[in-house]
Amino acid sequence: MLAYVVRRLWQTVPTLLGVVLLVFFLFTWVGGDPAYLLAGKISNPEQIENIRHQLGVDRPYYVQLWIFIQQIATGDFGESWSTNEKVSAIFATRLGPSLTVLVPLLIVDTLLAIAAAMLVAYVRGSLTDRMVMIGCTVGQSISILVYIIVFQYVLAYQLGWFPVQGWGNGFAENLLKFSLLPIIVGVIVSLAPDTRLYRTFFLDEINQDYVRTARAKGMSETRVMWVHVLRNASIPIITNVMIQLPGLLAGAFLIERFFSIPGVGREVILAVERSDFPVIKAVTIYVAIATMIINLIADLLYRAVDPRVQLK
Amino acid sequence: MTQAAALSSIGVRRAESPGLWILAWRRFCRDRVGLASFLIVVFFFGLMLASGLHLIAADWSKEVGVNYAPPTFAGPAISDRSSAPPHSSRSESAGGLNPADPLADVLAEIRAESGGASIAEVEAPTLIFGGDRWGRDVLKKTIKGTETSMFVGLAAAALAAFLGTLFGALAGYYGRWIDDFFNWFYSIFTSIPYLLLILAIAAVLNQKGTVTVILILGLTGWTGIFRLVRAEYLKHKVREYLQAAEAIGASHMRRMFVHILPNVSHVVLVQLSLHVVLFIKSEVVLSFLGFGVGVDTVSWGSMLNEAQSELILGYWWQLVAATIAMALLVTGFSLFTDALRDALDPQLK
Repeated sequence: MLAYVVRRLWQTVPTLLGVVLLVFFLFTWVGGDPAYLLAGKISNPEQIENIRHQLGVDRPYYVQLWIFIQQIATGDFGESWSTNEKVSAIFATRLGPSLTVLVPLLIVDTLLAIAAAMLVAYVRGSLTDRMVMIGCTVGQSISILVYIIVFQYVLAYQLGWFPVQGWGNGFAENLLKFSLLPIIVGVIVSLAPDTRLYRTFFLDEINQDYVRTARAKGMSETRVMWVHVLRNASIPIITNVMIQLPGLLAGAFLIERFFSIPGVGREVILAVERSDFPVIKAVTIYVAIATMIINLIADLLYRAVDPRVQLK
Repeated sequence: MTQAAALSSIGVRRAESPGLWILAWRRFCRDRVGLASFLIVVFFFGLMLASGLHLIAADWSKEVGVNYAPPTFAGPAISDRSSAPPHSSRSESAGGLNPADPLADVLAEIRAESGGASIAEVEAPTLIFGGDRWGRDVLKKTIKGTETSMFVGLAAAALAAFLGTLFGALAGYYGRWIDDFFNWFYSIFTSIPYLLLILAIAAVLNQKGTVTVILILGLTGWTGIFRLVRAEYLKHKVREYLQAAEAIGASHMRRMFVHILPNVSHVVLVQLSLHVVLFIKSEVVLSFLGFGVGVDTVSWGSMLNEAQSELILGYWWQLVAATIAMALLVTGFSLFTDALRDALDPQLK
């Protein structure tokens, strides 16, 4: 087990190095000289030279790459170019709001999608199943933007059930007042694709021999579905939930932007608008690292769910 | 001689039994939902081509109605002009020119150049599906937006499918270090969340435009296709027909792209179709955020962006038009993809 974890972590090193190289390449060659971006319109050559020296872009590429790797290792990405806030401080303060919205969203969405998928898989081929599937397909085809715009307009602006946007100070206030509508919108948007996906996972299991055996033994339908089928269908479901986890760190870009939630996603969009490279670089690298770790955890979870899975 | 005879006999038998594509087409025709969705896709294709060739909606930027002209079926606005934005000063003098305006001639000239619209033309109080802030026909605008969004989706999907197939073929066929290299490349791209990667590249490129969006989406979106094509190539390269191809002296390139590729093309086709939907959605989000198509291009994303502020003023038609157009195409394309997959791969259910 430990040997497996160590080996897997060792295997992530080349990938991580690749991500570092990709980000470095993008922001150093493709991105152009940041000094011009920073100096703006009122700039003379001397100023630009000054900025270049400050940023270290006048040094050879390998030195810059080494500085970048040091930044990643120490977690010190310097300051944001537009607000001069420490990049690490930006994350420390923005991650909380993102998680306040996204963790409940993911939990509610996953539970609802599992329940809905199991129900329609159980009555597969029936009118209910077909209607739900058509509803999901149509629901999925409407842009997330439309859901946000319409829900914000109708539920918050016209009916006044929720605040239109904003963020408070206390956790309870944020969760129960400001996060509710974003969570509802998020659940509605992700419920349709997840239900469709989980339905296929359940359908794969529901025709297996062990299900017939369980029924033949006289087991209740509830037990067959919730214990036998669910456990076997849980591996792909875990995979799908795990895939969404790194997204928690990157924040929900659109939801945070519309509802003015001071999370990581909104910060990324602001950073892209302002060409604030240090912030984007830091987010990309950290989320990539998180993705690799989460992939490892997912493999360990498979093992916990299904002892037949061999970790090699 | 015997070989030729054997080959020709195979050829004869082939001619008698229907091939993969004919069988697939027959299966497809039996699927009524698939056929209906296919017609929707064809309709949008026609719309895109006609709009691209300037056969329809070429004059979408013409200001034909009053500002925020309501749809005809909703009737003309019982408006209080005071709530309208500053642009409404123009519509109040609708039909006539202000003789004291020193820029009138210049403006008229610009308008004549840009859309061929003449100011003297009477601005309609209502339009078929309403007008936007400048009184442009929302219906024509939607058609133009369809052209942009669909073109971006198709072109980006084609680029992604090309890259994914090429990389997948090389990795799966040659194996060893080439496989390792492309897998490494794949793991890099997949360890960064999709939208974040797109935004990072948009930040770096820092320029808007249709081509930029296509490049961003196509260069980041090849990973899923790569994985599937690679798996197919791994499966096919050990089959007997490939040994036969090697025996008759077919080169690596020929074996890869003439012998194997047609046998895996159905996978690519389904993926291509799937990615069109994905990229259309992504383009809408990118354009909405302002990192997508240029300001002078209209897409569903930019329409939704305008619609957001219009809705608060009560002008819902642009939102509804863009939403309906997009929902129709995306639903049609998704169902079409499902039907295509069922038709091409009947074992899969």
